[in-house]
Amino acid sequence: MTLALETIGLSKQFGALGVANDIHFRLEPGARHALIGPNGAGKTTFVNLLTGRLAPSAGRILLNGEDVTRASQAARARRGLARTFQINNLFPALSVLENVRLAVAEHRGLTTARRALIEEAYATVTRLGLSDDALTPVRALPYGKQRLVEIAIALACEPTVLLLDEPAAGVPGGESGLILDVIERLPAEMAVLMIEHDMELVFRFARHITVLVRGSILVEGTPEAIAADPRVREVYLGTRTHG
Amino acid sequence: MTDAIAIATALRQHRPRWIEAIPWILGIGGYFVFSDQLAFGSQILIAILFALSLDLVLGFAGIVTLGHAAFYGTGAYAAGIYAIHVSHEPLSGLLVAAVAAAAVGAISGLVILRTHGLTQLMLTLAIATLLAEAANKASFLTGGNDGLQGIEIDPIAGLFHFDMFGRTGYLYCLIVLFIAWLFTRVLLASPFGQSLVGIRENVTRMHAIGAPVGARLLITYAIGAAIAGVAGGLLAQTTQFVGQSVLSFERSGEVVIMLVFGGIGRIYGAFIGAAIYMIAQDQLAKSDPEFWNFWIGLILVLSVLFARGGILGIIDRLRGR
Repeated sequence: MTLALETIGLSKQFGALGVANDIHFRLEPGARHALIGPNGAGKTTFVNLLTGRLAPSAGRILLNGEDVTRASQAARARRGLARTFQINNLFPALSVLENVRLAVAEHRGLTTARRALIEEAYATVTRLGLSDDALTPVRALPYGKQRLVEIAIALACEPTVLLLDEPAAGVPGGESGLILDVIERLPAEMAVLMIEHDMELVFRFARHITVLVRGSILVEGTPEAIAADPRVREVYLGTRTHG
Repeated sequence: MTDAIAIATALRQHRPRWIEAIPWILGIGGYFVFSDQLAFGSQILIAILFALSLDLVLGFAGIVTLGHAAFYGTGAYAAGIYAIHVSHEPLSGLLVAAVAAAAVGAISGLVILRTHGLTQLMLTLAIATLLAEAANKASFLTGGNDGLQGIEIDPIAGLFHFDMFGRTGYLYCLIVLFIAWLFTRVLLASPFGQSLVGIRENVTRMHAIGAPVGARLLITYAIGAAIAGVAGGLLAQTTQFVGQSVLSFERSGEVVIMLVFGGIGRIYGAFIGAAIYMIAQDQLAKSDPEFWNFWIGLILVLSVLFARGGILGIIDRLRGR
């Protein structure tokens, strides 16, 4: 079976500092995978390497079996890699529908009829329970709903691989349920990788967990195995210094 | 709100509104009311077209330029040289002006779009200066310091002679401006145009959803250059002369002022800004021939300090939006 996403010996050095060290990572189609690790573990660097915001110092990245190590962010997106951002990264002046429509237009092609684009965007907006806010400018929405727009834009690209970068970050407790509901209803065949601090969310979502520490994979396994792993406890309970 | 209403509302977003007829009513009305000043009227229409092309580049593609006259001048010289050496036919002359300017835009765009901010600004300036110097040196072709003289233009479609009162010239400019406006408007309402708005609002996100941002900006820059070239071509054809000032820094700066004055990134800012600037300059130059530049400068300073978004910005605020 072709993996949805694979990194082979992926490394990134800033000067002498290795922020990603020989990472061998595998994401299967339909995966519900979480990447966790303490602050400064290199999670953000890893995401930036996967999406192409950073170029690796060594190693390869395969997306659905194709080598995309040298491909631009946009080229990776067109090949099925979509992401959400840790801090909302939207088109604040545009309506929810227009935000999503921009993504639909890139996915379907700019020659697609406007009506078809709008209808498809509206269907995505509805799927995320945002239809009442479809014509509202994004900046006028509460933060939790803006987080949903983040996901809506990513889903409009119909990705095979979805990277959720701390999807519930900054969301008040009462609204985080909405986001988890949406995540639980993602298409089963889509490979989803979540980068998250919130352990409750991670353990509700993930069927597989990778723990990243100081730019290297410490351990991988099922949530049960990770929860029981003494090395993980050590890292999280802080008997060893980390930063 | 029902789904059908939401979709219908979204579809209506770019529908023409009655208010958009105002420039054309004024343009046609001006033909009858100011029938003794149609040559000046043509200058205003050309300035509007030039400012409109800048709005595409600066207002929608977000490319900060102080060298937009490079394309205006290229179009003017191309149309003039074409008329002298190839054919007196005006429409093909405009096409030549557009293609020449678009080519210069596409080639220089490959360089300037690799840069941002101040570097980009300086590069646009440098390219316009290079072209101006090249036109100066190539006096066998451009007439150098004396300007390009002896441009003759055939009647449009073999029917409408360019008359000494500038009637044909004015209507010719008005129709060309209308076509360019229609094209720009349709382009900006299209998914392509909307993607430019997306790039302007949040380029990071556009990369992340797979938009080939660089290619989009390059195409837009070339289209903006082509329209500026048509404006230059109109100038060459209606005045039957091309002076070196078409490539000058002053010309590049002036068009930025017009657009800032009217309002950037909304098409109609070009209409209002260019028209008011041209009329103000004309009036001030008559009443205060030695000092009129000072008054233009003062108006600009005041409008930048107190009227962000230009005249259209003021109108928006008055309407409480």
